[in-house]
Amino acid sequence: MTTTTLLPLEAVDVPAPPAGRRMRYGLADTATLTLRELYIWFRNPAFIFFTLIQPVMFVLLFRYVFGGAIIVRGGYVNFLMPGIIAQSAAFASFGTAISLARQLQKGVIDRFRAMPMARSAVLLGRLVADTLRLAVTVLVILAVGYAVGFRFHNGALPAVLMVLLGIVFGVTICTVSAYVGLAIKDEESVGSFGLVWLFPLTFVSNAFVPVPSMPGWLQAFAKNQPVTIVIQEMRSLALGGPLALHAWQSALWLAGIIAVFVPLAVRAYRRAT
Amino acid sequence: MTGGRPAETWHGPAIFVEGVHKSFGDVQALCGIDLVVERGKVLGLLGPNGAGKTTAVKILTTLLQPDRGRALVEGRDVVRSPAGVREIIGLAGQSAAIQEELTGRENLEIMGRLYHLDRPTRQRRAAELLERFDLADAADRPTKGYSGGMQRRLDLALSLVAQPQVLFLDEPTTGLDPRSRLGMWGVIRELVSAGTTLLLTTQYLEEADELADEIVVIDHGRVIAAGTARELKNRIGGDILEFAVVEPTRLGEALEAVAALADAEPVVDRETGRLSLGVGDGASDALVETVRRLDALGIRTEGLGIRRPSLDDVFLALTGHGAEEPGNGTDAGRPRAGRRH
Repeated sequence: MTTTTLLPLEAVDVPAPPAGRRMRYGLADTATLTLRELYIWFRNPAFIFFTLIQPVMFVLLFRYVFGGAIIVRGGYVNFLMPGIIAQSAAFASFGTAISLARQLQKGVIDRFRAMPMARSAVLLGRLVADTLRLAVTVLVILAVGYAVGFRFHNGALPAVLMVLLGIVFGVTICTVSAYVGLAIKDEESVGSFGLVWLFPLTFVSNAFVPVPSMPGWLQAFAKNQPVTIVIQEMRSLALGGPLALHAWQSALWLAGIIAVFVPLAVRAYRRAT
Repeated sequence: MTGGRPAETWHGPAIFVEGVHKSFGDVQALCGIDLVVERGKVLGLLGPNGAGKTTAVKILTTLLQPDRGRALVEGRDVVRSPAGVREIIGLAGQSAAIQEELTGRENLEIMGRLYHLDRPTRQRRAAELLERFDLADAADRPTKGYSGGMQRRLDLALSLVAQPQVLFLDEPTTGLDPRSRLGMWGVIRELVSAGTTLLLTTQYLEEADELADEIVVIDHGRVIAAGTARELKNRIGGDILEFAVVEPTRLGEALEAVAALADAEPVVDRETGRLSLGVGDGASDALVETVRRLDALGIRTEGLGIRRPSLDDVFLALTGHGAEEPGNGTDAGRPRAGRRH
């Protein structure tokens, strides 16, 4: 019911749509924007390169160029694969940050926000599309890994859990990158310096070399940072080893990062215009 | 209309803005703006870069909240019922918000999905709009390959997918070449004749003149003049007669000879020896008379001619300063008239 007023310049009341419809539209909008992101990804050679070709290159480089010089128990290729999956998953978040910054810069996001669609759908659609993208990257890396000698040694269920942990880890890093992209709002700056933190985070870890091979001062960081802990857990899942301690630590780290960066990203998204 | 409920109880203007203030930190972007646009009319919001035009549009399209004052679109308050406002508006911005990896048709159909139109409706709408905006041939090509004019037309088409009652166009032709600009004007004019209420921001007086029923000039976040194009031009003296005196020493003499022909104080640039006088709508008489008088005195001139007033002239007349603020250099190809240092 709208109220009839005598004063013509009294604002009219617009009743909010029922919660059920809002929910349905919210889901539909998220699906639409996910689809849109996937279309864009498929049509963009640079994105294809970053999500498919670059990770494969890394696998081959580390396996054959550095692999010979690094001696670890169980063989380097088995040591390498969980690490390279985590590293590639983290690097996939470049796409998140860059495309959010670009859409903000171009006014696409403003346009969406002036439309009667769920505001959360822009971020959610992005995240769902990135999750799918990540999953593809991880599976391609695994396939290449198998071709160059990697094998799971701990059974099917832990293997599936390792893949899932890799994807969840990647999505978690995506929330950080989403915040960076929305806060910096400039595609070029994001691409050139917005994501440099990814390099120390992934390389100063146990992803490619055992931590004890690093100098002492670096070990302190490398041993305790989340990427190392997640990779440790992934290795235990893939190859066998103690699971419980690193499972808890991984869960806490990932939950903590999400708890900090999702609200930050949402706030940056609300403010950015 | 697909834009939700008609505002049955609303008999006021389509856009009503009252005392809106907005600042960003120390910068006052809007200092008490009032605007009224009747249903089916076109308001041209005219001003230089940084005048507050885009801020006003962002407030009316619910992208920003005003610090003070209120803004209603078809009676719906932008702060209290932003969702209601979004149902009935369309927005096309300065930069084309199209996705360049997608084709024109895909861009339109995705927009239709986001407006929750069913599949046959959104496909039909996309086809209609492509046809109407002369994009049918390029419909299934990625928009990356579109020309600037085509991108702007598609951008405008995107804002019309849900047949909005009120449309906001933020500098729809900035940066376009003259031919594409004319094309956009044609498209916008057609749209308006179909009864859409339109608020258009522009830096070009000519554009506001071509498209708007009424023009509001803003500067530093304040409305400094409002009226029809004719009223504004009369206020600044209509057409402008301009010439330079070859011998600078005779500038005073020339000024004295022609001052009576102007309907306002002539503008004199002593550095270049240029004189500009507003001559209302009697331009050709004034031209003949000027030639006669200067010739009688034996004063030689250069570049004698008549031109239409530019935004700079409007600003000069209304504010005493030009439209160009130092350091604001993003206007594409606008003639710089009446510039003083």
